[in-house]
Amino acid sequence: MGRIVLNRDKCKACYLCIDACPNKVLGADENVNALGYYPMAVNHPEKCVGCAICARVCPDIAIEKVYR
Amino acid sequence: MEQLVYKKPDSIRDDFKISFCPGCDHGLAVKLVAEVLDELGVREKTIGIASVGCSVFSYDFFNVDIVESPHGRSLAVATGVKRSKPDKVVFTYQGDGDLASIGLGETIHAMTRGEKVTAICINNTTYGMTGGQAGPTTLIGQVTTTTTQGRKVEISGYPLKVCEILKEVDGTAFVARVTLDNPAAIINAKKCIKKAFEAQLKGLGTGFVEILATCPTNWKMTPQEAHARVRGEMSEVFKPGIYKDKVSE
Amino acid sequence: MKREKELLKGNYAIAQAAVEAGCQSYFGYPITPQSEIGEYLSSKMPELGRAFVAAESEVAAINMLLGAGSTGVKAMTSSSSCAVALMQEGLSFIAGDEIPCVLVSVMRAGPGLGYIYASQGDYYQATKGGGNGDYKIVTFAPASVQECVDLTYKCFYVSQKYRTPVCLLADGMLGQMMEPAVVGEYPYEEIDQSSWALDGAKDREPRHIASIEREEETLRKRVVKIFEKYKQILENENLFEKYETEGAKLVITAFGSVARIAKAAVKMARKNGLKVGLFRPIMLNPFPEKLVAEIAQKVDGILDIELNCGQMLQDIKASIAGLAKSIPVEFYGRPAGVMMTVEEIYKQIEAIYKKMDEKKYGTACI
Repeated sequence: MGRIVLNRDKCKACYLCIDACPNKVLGADENVNALGYYPMAVNHPEKCVGCAICARVCPDIAIEKVYR
Repeated sequence: MEQLVYKKPDSIRDDFKISFCPGCDHGLAVKLVAEVLDELGVREKTIGIASVGCSVFSYDFFNVDIVESPHGRSLAVATGVKRSKPDKVVFTYQGDGDLASIGLGETIHAMTRGEKVTAICINNTTYGMTGGQAGPTTLIGQVTTTTTQGRKVEISGYPLKVCEILKEVDGTAFVARVTLDNPAAIINAKKCIKKAFEAQLKGLGTGFVEILATCPTNWKMTPQEAHARVRGEMSEVFKPGIYKDKVSE
Repeated sequence: MKREKELLKGNYAIAQAAVEAGCQSYFGYPITPQSEIGEYLSSKMPELGRAFVAAESEVAAINMLLGAGSTGVKAMTSSSSCAVALMQEGLSFIAGDEIPCVLVSVMRAGPGLGYIYASQGDYYQATKGGGNGDYKIVTFAPASVQECVDLTYKCFYVSQKYRTPVCLLADGMLGQMMEPAVVGEYPYEEIDQSSWALDGAKDREPRHIASIEREEETLRKRVVKIFEKYKQILENENLFEKYETEGAKLVITAFGSVARIAKAAVKMARKNGLKVGLFRPIMLNPFPEKLVAEIAQKVDGILDIELNCGQMLQDIKASIAGLAKSIPVEFYGRPAGVMMTVEEIYKQIEAIYKKMDEKKYGTACI
């Protein structure tokens, strides 16, 4: 079981994390953030194993912490 | 008990602003440099040189002392800093327009002197900050705002291959070209950046890493398409790999 | 360091003074007539454990200076004319960054490659600059080898005290000539740079030194603040020489080595009963406009003499433009090469003195 700490107002919606996540945990949010983007959303937290690949591929350091 | 497996590096400011476009590899490169500074435990004695281009706002995110350089002169500025404060860790963060075009002279000579500094070069085959003009690394056939019919050899010559040149320069101790297009490549890039800093810390000479990076905005691609381009035509011309490694010898 | 008078060449005097002032880093590229400075420092600096880098170009040298200065150490480069031209971009950045450092500019004749003759053709280059944006390079001009020493000290002091680039503007004649001089102790207090200099963000917030400002208002404030410093520098650090200006009818204005020859001509004129004085600004930038205006108010004419086509002349004219009493400003000069003699200047004085009596004034006599 893993947990992601997302700063959703830093996300610019490149979705590189969504593509990189091996367990399809992530998706796009339905509401815009402070920057006007539809940020990444943790749609299936129960599937997260805390591999931190999403954080490693995030160019905006929007995923600030990952726990396992 | 929950365990922290990843956190924002300390070498990134707490109040950081990533000023790059969505999906741009610059952010990744910056983060990797910061992670390496953290791991080497040198953040508090590091002085960075911000160049001109998209890298100009380095002080928005790097949590280290930063001095700005005129366009292309980062490695001359780095020389002045390092020679005056030899116990500090000095690095430049430059684009290919900065390092390989207007600043190629400063680049080659600083490395010929074997300055104990680390240079990180973002190669995205274009002048990103000014809106996507052709640069020294623009691929043959690539469409830019100054090669609207695609780069033609008879008009603009060939793309410049920095690693192939710098590996021949006696003062370099580590020369590598990396990509950031997938998680494994990112891990490899970080290893190379670390070695480029170790080259400096061990006093072996200049450490250099060229990062093949995306510019989705000016390439007019999605971040995903842009990474595919890095894997494809860019990697065919600019072959990723370690070109010189005196650190591991 | 010997503290006695010795026969010293101008370039070596500057180099020795830099060492004595505590210059920690030197970067340079050879160009006549100042190459001896780099030659001397190439062995002396490493011997003292200080930095010497033979830069690959003047463009690199000025940017190495930027880097060195950003760490708060005393740093210097030296060059000449067509090569100082290459440094203008870097100087603009250094001024915008408020980085202390010293540029020694030993003028040769231009434009272009010109030649190595003595010249004052780079008054504009030094005081008006070729870099972009609103800034000044504080400039001091020596007229003797002893002043090469003393003003090198002054340049380091002013640069460190006000966090600004400072230029020592000498010429080929001064650089190459020998005369007795003493390299005394550095006479100024050391200025602590630790509140701003880059040395790694240990137990403090990171610092950044940059000229870039994204906010309009912040950019404006920064430039205004820099110009406030120039005002203070003029007020606190101005240096000049006034010779026989009291009761003079005609005052000669000249700087650097030309002023020495002019001074001899003034002596000759005084001996022959002509009421002539000399005003020699030593700090050329910021220009001492008020002083020139004060002097001008009491005389009937000014004769500006330079080894160029009339560059400081424009600052003299601007200084007296607002005066109630309008007085003529005559010019005597030549672009380059053969330095004028005392007799030649005296003849000019005599001629202009006569014209003043007849209230007839001519134009420049190049």
